Amino acid sequence: MDVIFGNLDLWSEALTNTLLVFVFGGIIALVLGIIVGAMRVSPVPIARGVGTVYVNLVRNTPLTLVFFFFVFGYPQLGLPPLSNTVLGILAIGIYTATYVAEVLRAGINTVHVGQAEAARAIGLPFGQVMTLVVLPQAFRSVVPPMMSVFIALLKNTTVAAGFAISELAALRATINDAPDRPGNPMEVLLWVAVVFVALVLLMSWAQRTLENKWRIAR
Amino acid sequence: MTSVLYDVPGPRAIARNRVLAAVTVLLVLAVIGFMTYRLWESGQFEASKWYVFTFSNVWMSILEALGNTLAAFALAAVLSLVLGLVLAIGRLSDHAWIRVPVTAVTELLRAVPVLVMMMLLYYGLPVVGVKMEPYWAVVLALMAYNGSVLAEVFRAGIESLPRGQKEAGYAIGLRKSGVMRLILFPQAVRAMLPVIVAQLVVTMKDTALGFIITYPELLYYAKLLSSQQGRPILQSAFVIGGIYIVMCLILSGIAKWLEIRTRRSPKDKVLEAEAAVLMHEGTDTELLVAQGDGKRGRRLGRDRR
Repeated sequence: MDVIFGNLDLWSEALTNTLLVFVFGGIIALVLGIIVGAMRVSPVPIARGVGTVYVNLVRNTPLTLVFFFFVFGYPQLGLPPLSNTVLGILAIGIYTATYVAEVLRAGINTVHVGQAEAARAIGLPFGQVMTLVVLPQAFRSVVPPMMSVFIALLKNTTVAAGFAISELAALRATINDAPDRPGNPMEVLLWVAVVFVALVLLMSWAQRTLENKWRIAR
Repeated sequence: MTSVLYDVPGPRAIARNRVLAAVTVLLVLAVIGFMTYRLWESGQFEASKWYVFTFSNVWMSILEALGNTLAAFALAAVLSLVLGLVLAIGRLSDHAWIRVPVTAVTELLRAVPVLVMMMLLYYGLPVVGVKMEPYWAVVLALMAYNGSVLAEVFRAGIESLPRGQKEAGYAIGLRKSGVMRLILFPQAVRAMLPVIVAQLVVTMKDTALGFIITYPELLYYAKLLSSQQGRPILQSAFVIGGIYIVMCLILSGIAKWLEIRTRRSPKDKVLEAEAAVLMHEGTDTELLVAQGDGKRGRRLGRDRR
């Protein structure tokens, strides 16, 4: 337990940074993902094309390489300097946005065309077709896979460790490099694993609860 | 295109869509233009930045790094498929003393980030006296994580099969092993093939985590290159990124090809068409949209009349 109580300051900093990357990366992913997802189902062919290119390019690039682009590449461009953490948040947000977009698209596709047609047939205008018939159904089927995306996002925050961002996975190096800190790499990493297992189990519990609560009978 | 979101566009909607298309093009051009301007302004297109790529031994090293990436990917892919199979069989066992621990192990392996697992194998194990090469740390971590994910995929595939398949197997006198091996698994694997290959794409991308634990794969070499003369950081990232994208697109292409090959037998197509009629999936809206779509649509419409 020394490895925890002897380094409490480091643990709290690392946990804070992990959650910071998770929350802000998640917000960027959600906002950008909704935009890209809307583009991918829009009636405008060019917008669909742009969305497809974005998703295919970014999704087939390893997250580590996206980080590489942002953390090492961005400072080369001579733009206003940003901290590694901010660049990492941008990298993970832009990467995860592709998954959010795909989940949204798949969710909307699970709604039957007949549902919208029936809604139009009884004379509902576009706004009501959307808000009363299509989107509620799409939203419900989107929630479970969306939670999976966010669980993946949480686990992906560890990639930041390779880019000098002091989050949980980077703790091993930090504690190792300080000679007077208690704990060996094995202990640190096992505790990091425990923290992630706890957080992931919490999220999958939430996922299961929401799934049961909002299940649609089709 | 058929979408639940949009009606067949009328004259006003068509005009609005044109405006939206123009705005999209302008926005994309603005972003690309800005990026290009910044790249040009900061001298990223200068010959000195691309100089390293004129050496053939640099390309030989890239090939070698690519080989390392593929070596880790290939073994990890095979091992994770095997592990996934074993875990899936364990989770479907009738004996609680097998099922419960295997379920726990699967959930655990899925919850630990791959990088943390790699670090545990590479930095953690030496503490207890086991020294591990980066290659094995990468392969074993990928195997553990992707194996547990694939186990869930196999299980979902088997559980999605109609109950009659299993019952028929037992009815003709097969044991559980026979039902699994001859009836359930082949169907589950076939149904889940696209998902399995998608997971292999993830495995391929995750080999790039190896550079954090000093495995000399593509990204590791990109980092090495970017410290060379002229510091071609973005240039190496572009070149290596291009290689990754091509590799992943090839894998996804294989997935699509497999899907077509396994699914689109002529019989399946007929079945699919019949099913579509029954399920009201091919609707008049589709036809109307096709009509608005130009030549092909008009021809379709005429055929219909």
